[in-house]
Amino acid sequence: MNTSENPDFDDSILQLEMELLLEALVRQYGYDFRNYNKAHIKRRLIFRMQQLGLKSLSELQHQILHHTNILATILKDLSINVTEMYRDPSFYLSLRKEVIPLLRTYPYLRIWHAGCATGEEVYSFAILLKEEGLYERSQIYATDFNTEVLETAKKGIYPVSKIKEYTFNYQAAGGKNSFSDYYTARYDAVRFDPELRKNIVFANHNLVTDSVFAETHLIICRNVLIYFDRSLQNKVLNLFNDSLIMGGFLGLGSKENIMFSTVQDHFLILNPNEKIFQKKILK
Amino acid sequence: MKTYDAIVIGSSAGGLHALKNLIKGLKPGFRIPLIIVQHLSPHSENYLAHFLDQLGILKVKEADEREKIKQGFAYIAPPNFHLLIEADQTFSLTVEEKVNYARPAIDVLFETAASVYRERLIGIILTGANHDGANGVKVIKAYGGFTMAQNPATAESDIMPKAAIATGKIDKILDINEISYFLNSLNNS
Repeated sequence: MNTSENPDFDDSILQLEMELLLEALVRQYGYDFRNYNKAHIKRRLIFRMQQLGLKSLSELQHQILHHTNILATILKDLSINVTEMYRDPSFYLSLRKEVIPLLRTYPYLRIWHAGCATGEEVYSFAILLKEEGLYERSQIYATDFNTEVLETAKKGIYPVSKIKEYTFNYQAAGGKNSFSDYYTARYDAVRFDPELRKNIVFANHNLVTDSVFAETHLIICRNVLIYFDRSLQNKVLNLFNDSLIMGGFLGLGSKENIMFSTVQDHFLILNPNEKIFQKKILK
Repeated sequence: MKTYDAIVIGSSAGGLHALKNLIKGLKPGFRIPLIIVQHLSPHSENYLAHFLDQLGILKVKEADEREKIKQGFAYIAPPNFHLLIEADQTFSLTVEEKVNYARPAIDVLFETAASVYRERLIGIILTGANHDGANGVKVIKAYGGFTMAQNPATAESDIMPKAAIATGKIDKILDINEISYFLNSLNNS
């Protein structure tokens, strides 16, 4: 079969349409996905195109530009919303054992969850801080570019169907109490103790276009960089480097790394398996 | 003879044995890269790559994000991530929603591989108890690639190969040893 005769699969046109659509998104609305990995973006856009019964990405672009109510849907499609409490429990166990003892030496702590999505990992770490007696001296900034997911994060309400898995994760992550101490169940949802939110600021921040966030002691940014191309990864890692105090910590997702990036010389590897790094102290 | 640049393989229940036998049947020095999605528990360690690597026939490793796909290697999708192929023949990973209740999903790999390798791609569906990969097979055919399914009669679980065959887009239905034999016959270039 000569695929060039089949317009549905003419990737050169699709490629062009995708680039134009991404250009439209950044020029009209300021959301910049141009340096995201293309295979993922393409899948998501084609999925939305088909859901809406459209025939091309050009038609989808037209919808985005002329019917602004579709923008929220597109942003949700292209953002990273899948998360869970204590995702990779061993990561949290390592934070507890290797990072917390060092954080304990500071009189106050600034912690940044970058790309927090619906907030499950923010509450996970807030609970950990509480159990380690550090919560009261911590200020936690939880950011995402997607306002809609931040609203969910602020509420701290999650489906009860997930709790069994979260309880398993909590225990595997070295949890010290009964996990049910931290939430109240009602019908098919659980609500996390509003006390956990006291020192958390949920804020809109775009890693692609916004600048240095704060002088932080610990940045947690997991499974976000995997969506970015090399140049954007470098840009964001430099942003993290500039945001951290000397001796501060960076926790990435299990398949993410600072190796081969432009900041690798600025960090020590604290735990190679859990991808926890420490910014070097330079004299 | 037509040449192929990559082989994508999807397997689920019973896949461990099927993959082992498939790789054992390959001639040492087999060059076309294999890219494999095996459904696994999200909490599983990555023993599969190690296990298949120990056979000593191919270099088998877990796929890393941004890694360049090379000849003579077999790559396994890491547990709990989707594995995608980028236009520059590197891997990318995502944690987006499960597809067909699976992450990694065979469809995600097959569909993204199809648009990169087009007619120079082979897709193979092995044993499994779900329908993942059926759509991927259709996409591979639409781009002019070649598709195979494990013979359902000899598969440990026949649902997945049957679902792939039911699309009408499978070129060859073969037992595992025949799949290896067929692949060996391609690898002379």
